[in-house]
Amino acid sequence: MSTSAVHDHEVAHHDDHGHEHHHDQSFLSKYVFSMDHKMIAKQFLITGITMAVIAMILSILFRIQLAYPDKTFPLLTTLLGRFAPNGRISPDFYLALVTIHGTIMVFFVLTAGLSGTFANLLIPLQVGARDMASPFMNMLSYWFFFLASVIMLSSFFVQKGPASGGWTIYPPLSALPKAMPGSAEGMTLWLVSMVLFVASSLMGGINYVSTVLNMRTKGMDLWKMPLTIWALFLTAILGILAFPVLVAGVVLLIFDRSVGTSFYLSDIVLNGVQQPFEGGSPILFQHLFWFLGHPEVYIVIMPAMGISSEVMSVNSRKPIFGYHAMVYSLIGITVLSFIVWGHHMFVTGMNPFLGGVFMITTLIIAVPSAVKTFNWLATLWRGNIRFTPAMLFAIGMVSFFISGGLTGIFLGNAALDINLHDTYFVVAHFHLVMGSAAIFGMLAGVYHWFPKMFGRMMDEKLGYLHFWLTFICAYLVFFPMHFMGLDGVPRRYYAFTEFASMSKWLTINTFVTWAAIIAALSQFGFLYNFFVSMFKGEKATQNPWESNTLEWTTPVEHLHGNWPGEIPTVYRWPYDYSKPGAEEDYIPQTVPYSQTMSSNLPHDFEDNPAGLEALNKYASTLKANEQVK
Amino acid sequence: MGFRKLINSKKLLSFFAAFMLLGTNLLMAQTEAGGAAAGQAEAPKVDWTGVAYYVLIFFLICLGVAIVGKILKVYDLTLKMQGKKGLNWNTVMATICIVFLVAGLYGAYWSFTEQGSMTLPEAASEHGVKIDEMFTVTTILTMIVFFITQILLFTFLFRYRHSDKRRAHFLPHNNTIEKVWTIIPAIVLTILVVFGFFTWQKIMNSENLKEDINIDVTGHQFAWELRYPGKDGVLGPKDYTLVTGTNNLGVNFKKKASFDDLRVDTMYIPVNKSIRLNILAQDVIHSVYMPYFRVQLNAVPGLPTFFKFVPTITTAQMRSKLDDPKFEYTLYCNKICGGSHYNMQKVVRVVTEAEYQTWLSRQKPYLNDALRKELHFASANEQSNGSTNRLALNN
Repeated sequence: MSTSAVHDHEVAHHDDHGHEHHHDQSFLSKYVFSMDHKMIAKQFLITGITMAVIAMILSILFRIQLAYPDKTFPLLTTLLGRFAPNGRISPDFYLALVTIHGTIMVFFVLTAGLSGTFANLLIPLQVGARDMASPFMNMLSYWFFFLASVIMLSSFFVQKGPASGGWTIYPPLSALPKAMPGSAEGMTLWLVSMVLFVASSLMGGINYVSTVLNMRTKGMDLWKMPLTIWALFLTAILGILAFPVLVAGVVLLIFDRSVGTSFYLSDIVLNGVQQPFEGGSPILFQHLFWFLGHPEVYIVIMPAMGISSEVMSVNSRKPIFGYHAMVYSLIGITVLSFIVWGHHMFVTGMNPFLGGVFMITTLIIAVPSAVKTFNWLATLWRGNIRFTPAMLFAIGMVSFFISGGLTGIFLGNAALDINLHDTYFVVAHFHLVMGSAAIFGMLAGVYHWFPKMFGRMMDEKLGYLHFWLTFICAYLVFFPMHFMGLDGVPRRYYAFTEFASMSKWLTINTFVTWAAIIAALSQFGFLYNFFVSMFKGEKATQNPWESNTLEWTTPVEHLHGNWPGEIPTVYRWPYDYSKPGAEEDYIPQTVPYSQTMSSNLPHDFEDNPAGLEALNKYASTLKANEQVK
Repeated sequence: MGFRKLINSKKLLSFFAAFMLLGTNLLMAQTEAGGAAAGQAEAPKVDWTGVAYYVLIFFLICLGVAIVGKILKVYDLTLKMQGKKGLNWNTVMATICIVFLVAGLYGAYWSFTEQGSMTLPEAASEHGVKIDEMFTVTTILTMIVFFITQILLFTFLFRYRHSDKRRAHFLPHNNTIEKVWTIIPAIVLTILVVFGFFTWQKIMNSENLKEDINIDVTGHQFAWELRYPGKDGVLGPKDYTLVTGTNNLGVNFKKKASFDDLRVDTMYIPVNKSIRLNILAQDVIHSVYMPYFRVQLNAVPGLPTFFKFVPTITTAQMRSKLDDPKFEYTLYCNKICGGSHYNMQKVVRVVTEAEYQTWLSRQKPYLNDALRKELHFASANEQSNGSTNRLALNN
């Protein structure tokens, strides 16, 4: 791959921004309508955290129902009013809770909160750019996301409550406003919110891709980019290609709801009344939805993979093992993720041959995933591992990715999926692989780049406590669910004790709920640590983790434009850790090879014959000196 | 307000005390509230293991953690005052990692034995046995990978914990190793794909055969409707535009095949016979799910689907195997369809051929008197020729 940084542009851009930090900014322009990518990253993070806390509370509410299906809690009526009459959550509101929990976690936390935060923070800083390609569009991206969040949450205040057809909002349930309370105004708000959300994602994604392609600093060719950037770059491409299909699907759904079209509807009798819909197919929506929905899984997990790779390399003091293989596996996952969506539809009644094809593509995607896992293990092998909270969360991410990824092999197998589809086995699988793993990747990123974002350090001990409580509880919550699924317990059941055969899981469900509550409470420890450290944490040094990447060459105090004066030039890849012959166990990307002759290797000069010649000359000088001695 | 100040705050403590004393009645869980609501004289039983109890437990745990934290801090400071190095948190974390590994492996083993024994027994259908075989193979392969990778992960963390005395090994890549761990998963997955593909094709590509027993399963909010063919062995056609209060499945009674169709409440199926479920939905998507038979397929409005299977274990045999005289096979709805989705069920009873014929002979035709009246057909008495439905099916 050739170097393609647009240096001329950068020079001009630098001139534009060089003094920008001296400009007086009002509170509004600095903190609210900021166009600085670092501030936008913080906005995404804090909004994402807020949404995560809300989604977490929703999950605790429905977990209480699952743990105590026969008990009443008067407090619930006080808090939720008509949604929890007689001290119990109503069945309809239960479905609304699982729907909004899923929607918020998948889209608002793990997509916008994760990609929005780290793509905004890291892309310009790690590729060596003053800001995003279009700072204004970047700001709009955040505000569309914020608006989408507000609209999604406002659905709790409409008469019939929020959408409740599951986060996948399959029609006809979502297309017939009278089908259930959650199909009414709440569903309309869900759809409107999602359109705004996708607009936000597209504006963000286009910015990320154009910044990576056009605004890399001198020397930063594609093979010198950190894995975080590769992951965020490919994630943005996934989003740009997949999200518009969801919007198309959603717009057709709005037509079916409001204009009387029949894209997804046919032969419907609702409450004994024949509906005038003919010729549509609900399965069409599922094809459109999952064309986004499955890449969405990777939109969520790939940034976590990139962040974890970076954090593990820094804290193992080792180069990430198989950098090229890591990049190729990310590319492989990106491409394959577009042709696996049908595995979500094995039991919809689609053509079985097509199901077989999707099974093949689905299982193939496990190969690049396996390569990544083994490479992470090899990165740890013979490392000198520092247990920062970020490192622990990155390790947790790998552990969850292994556990959850392996159960994906069951679900990707169409024959096995017949019995496991829509059971707790699926819930366990995706909560480990794209819930817990992705959240852990996100938390690893927060702990690692907190000094970069806020100029202060987070408390390590609280971080340790946060990690172990969350890590252990996440396994306690999701591991038993596999067995419930293997017993055929369907997901999203309000009261599984209605069935004698399922009642035996009551004790496990109570246990799981309490594990979930402890996990949730431990997040408040994190919130305390996060917000207190933001103002009162120990002041950070410029490069607290002794890392090689470019973001740690910027001053601790933020300035719009990132670097005072010239943007540094990059000379080497980002993973020169513990190189034999080097004085320190890390060599930043900005250090030229001419300054580290004692640690240079022949392959450092593969594209640089002059450098290789200099290395040979240096080696022969050393040899001559030894002979003299 | 500092944290210390906050926890010493009199207001906060007073609030906490008030919460513990007064809040319990309001906040804690109450059992059998339904009884109270129904106007029974007895006051609702108060469960003292309610919210406040657990909040108290939580605060006690927090206190415990805080005390351990303080002890560690004091120990750390003492070491430093003695001129020794403070607590090595890298070693502490590495040790916890190895403890977690051992505890986690035991936990996984315990979970497999305890909860694993609570999962579904052997499949009660022919194709289900094949699915179970594939499940076993997949479980063995994946669990080998699971245990090896998790053990390596946490062992490496302990073995290669930070030390000032050594440097990490510089190993950016090794092409041979990378090829090995690309090719091995590829081979394993190819094996799973090939077996999976052929098993799936066998299960799903079932031809419609004459000897199949056709059963119409129609889902609507919130019930399953069952329709069996009559003595002609053919189910009459349906049309949603014909749905009325009486003819709620929209059976087309202009066609002869519909006349003898039967409407049943419980799904009876004979053991070792091929059953073809014709799956339909009237309003929203439902899903026919019968886990004991390893059967699942969505019921989609406007898109009829079908699933064929052969039951191999009768209800009586399964009751005996499970030592549960009340056991019933059940048909669930496995796709969100509304508030009562969780309780949309139908009993499925696998019986012998003779029992099946006996049961069948007792079933009533779909074309009942109300329908005849609505459709202006001749009355049931006039039509009756005294025949039964004994000859009904495809046996």
